[in-house]
Amino acid sequence: MSHDHDHEHGHHHHHDDDDDVQEHREHGAPLSAVELRVRALESLLVDKGLVDPAALDQLIDTYETKVGPRNGAKIVARAWVDPEFKRRLLEDGTAAVAEHGFVGRQSEKLVVVENTGGIHNMVVCTLCSCYPWAVLGLPPVWYKSAPYRSRAVIDPRGVLSELGVSVPAQREVRVWDSTAEIRYMVLPERPAGTEGMTEEQLAALVTRDAMIGVATVPAVQR
Amino acid sequence: MNGAHDLGGMHGFGPVEIEPDEPVFHHEWERRAFAITLASGFLGKWNIDQSRFAREQMPPAEYLATTYYEHWLWGLEKLLHDLKLVDQAETTAREKNPTSPATPVTGQRVLAARDVEKALRTSRTSKADEDVAPRYRVGDRVVTKNIHPLGHTRLPRYARGKRGVVSLDHGVWVFPDTAGNGLGRRPQHCYAVRFEAAELWGEAATGRDAVYVDLWDDHLEPA
Repeated sequence: MSHDHDHEHGHHHHHDDDDDVQEHREHGAPLSAVELRVRALESLLVDKGLVDPAALDQLIDTYETKVGPRNGAKIVARAWVDPEFKRRLLEDGTAAVAEHGFVGRQSEKLVVVENTGGIHNMVVCTLCSCYPWAVLGLPPVWYKSAPYRSRAVIDPRGVLSELGVSVPAQREVRVWDSTAEIRYMVLPERPAGTEGMTEEQLAALVTRDAMIGVATVPAVQR
Repeated sequence: MNGAHDLGGMHGFGPVEIEPDEPVFHHEWERRAFAITLASGFLGKWNIDQSRFAREQMPPAEYLATTYYEHWLWGLEKLLHDLKLVDQAETTAREKNPTSPATPVTGQRVLAARDVEKALRTSRTSKADEDVAPRYRVGDRVVTKNIHPLGHTRLPRYARGKRGVVSLDHGVWVFPDTAGNGLGRRPQHCYAVRFEAAELWGEAATGRDAVYVDLWDDHLEPA
């Protein structure tokens, strides 16, 4: 099958935003090629009885509003305040996050790797876009993009440096390429100035990018 | 296959650009493409490795010029057409006419809305229950095979023919290099193998850095 035309069209729509698309539609412009293909395929699958439209809505709602990086942030904060939980998390990430109810697709086995003064971990999937959905939600565009997938393994320090993370020469960088069904999450270092913070306050400091390993959690100024 | 998807180590794609406050989806069609892909997967007609292989067969120039959910859409169309669940002519007709005829497909296990939550919590794709002995122990030195199969493989090009050390034993998993090609599950141990940066990229690489790649027994030989 040929999608030459579609690819041209899809490419040009890459940076459109929804408002833009909405506006076109209100003015009666036709759907883009990729919108047409998706609409055609979805309606065919429904008409053929191969998908339940209500299930589609539920899948979208789950990953758009229920599952996301706040899950992972809770895990990190708990590990920061509870050494016993941290020990379990690093030993068997799957079981430790299941204690919080975080299980499911794209997280059959979770390995949590700890950033320390001597080691900086970061996670990539060079072959596709494997990502720990149960704790971080769906991956951001940059994680799925060619720049990150190509460079993370050959030039991790360059990528980190561009993103504002400077790793001292004596600190080892470990890149985890998610080529199997094992999913990786980084346990960032607990920043200075957070002594006495509650677990909730700590969780609010933890970012998605820190749990991928392309950011650190900055020190809190008192 | 040595496709455009196997990006590790390539040059020239530019900087990594992180979008602040990025939404989960950027367009309504992405929501729909995501959902029909997941829901269709629950039909049980293909495994996760076959769905990856379908996307990898997108022509390289097209793969690199399109976005993630366009890869998903292309792969889903291919699987549905190849398995004759949807006819190519039906798709073409439906793109032109939203009320074009569709032949019902009966007797399929369709994911119902009431089962979504449970299905997402309990679905397993690749962990194997078989008791298979590991061929390697943590600490063993291994060398990856230098293979260039036309079919699906999870051994990336940059890590072929390279020496590493078994670092973690993940237990027994389905082997994607057979499962993705319709050749059976062939359950075996999967390991995180550590490769020193200099082994992968030469002496210019920073000495103490390393890349860990998850690989299976059949990818490895003793070093």
